[in-house]
Amino acid sequence: MDYIYLAASLMIGLGALGTGIGFALLGGKMLEATARQPEMGAELQTKTFIMAGLLDAVPMIGVGIAMYLIFVVAG
Amino acid sequence: MAAGNDTTSVEYIQHHLQNLTFGLHPQNGWSIAHGQEEAREMGFWALHLDTLGWSIAMGVLFLLLFRRVAVRASSGVPHGLQNVVESIVEFVDRTVNESFHGKNTLIAPLALTVFVWIFLMNSLKLIPVDFLPGLFAKMGVDYMKVVPTTDVNATMGMALGVFFLIIFYSIKVKGVGGFARELSFTPFNHWALIPFNLLLEIIGLVVKPLSLGLRLFGNMFAGEVIFILIALLPFWIQWALNVPWAIFHILVVTLQAFVFMVLTIVYLSLAHEKH
Repeated sequence: MDYIYLAASLMIGLGALGTGIGFALLGGKMLEATARQPEMGAELQTKTFIMAGLLDAVPMIGVGIAMYLIFVVAG
Repeated sequence: MAAGNDTTSVEYIQHHLQNLTFGLHPQNGWSIAHGQEEAREMGFWALHLDTLGWSIAMGVLFLLLFRRVAVRASSGVPHGLQNVVESIVEFVDRTVNESFHGKNTLIAPLALTVFVWIFLMNSLKLIPVDFLPGLFAKMGVDYMKVVPTTDVNATMGMALGVFFLIIFYSIKVKGVGGFARELSFTPFNHWALIPFNLLLEIIGLVVKPLSLGLRLFGNMFAGEVIFILIALLPFWIQWALNVPWAIFHILVVTLQAFVFMVLTIVYLSLAHEKH
């Protein structure tokens, strides 16, 4: 039964790792682009948030299922 | 309610994650389940009353609100509520025009409904965790999971709705033959590679509603569990964690509604492309 907690923490941890790196790259590129063209700042920001929303899907699905495992399956 | 020792904290979490289920119980027939086991025994024939209730309530709120403003819209200086509604409608209209390249009068109202309805359902999460369940407990309703989008049935239901629309419009615009040809010849335009193409395309098609539904569910469910965990802490420290998490969730709530809308539009515009 304890493997569920191990599995859940792995799911959350690896998902967070991927997202962390992904968002860091995304944010970095956005800052570079805004520095190069400040007038495009607002539009770049909305597009970055759209990408952030899309990028968020996979780790959040993992976190959702991990929480489901912890509280409902092994609750 | 601050949790006593460890056992009650698990029960507390369990209680807040348990839906109000009405269904066909093997022993006591059509009844409201009194526990998680009873709800599980009901199997397929079980409805989550709280999810249905709150989602319909938010839908009706959206319709009434927008209708009241539409009926009373004055071309003069718009006052409070009309400003809000106008800005939302213009925002959705601009997004639809940007990313939808077909010609279909259903898309903009659908996008507006999806955006505002999901936003309203998600914003139920900002109400403190114990407030509504406590209120309903006084009225004898023992289980109440307030936020409909934390119930995978609700989000997958909407995603499947969008999926059927994708299939319907793909066939309507491209014709059954066109749609089948697109599925079987897309990556590699050669008859020998049809099975490989079909595999690729079918997976791509099925992943769309799956990721659409689970993205919303994952974000909202994880956020809700964090709110419940914060509620376990002693009450005088709760605000220290609850306030930042709620502020962060104002962004998440809007962003998830917006992403769901944008993807719905993009998927439907792909369905409308005629090669």
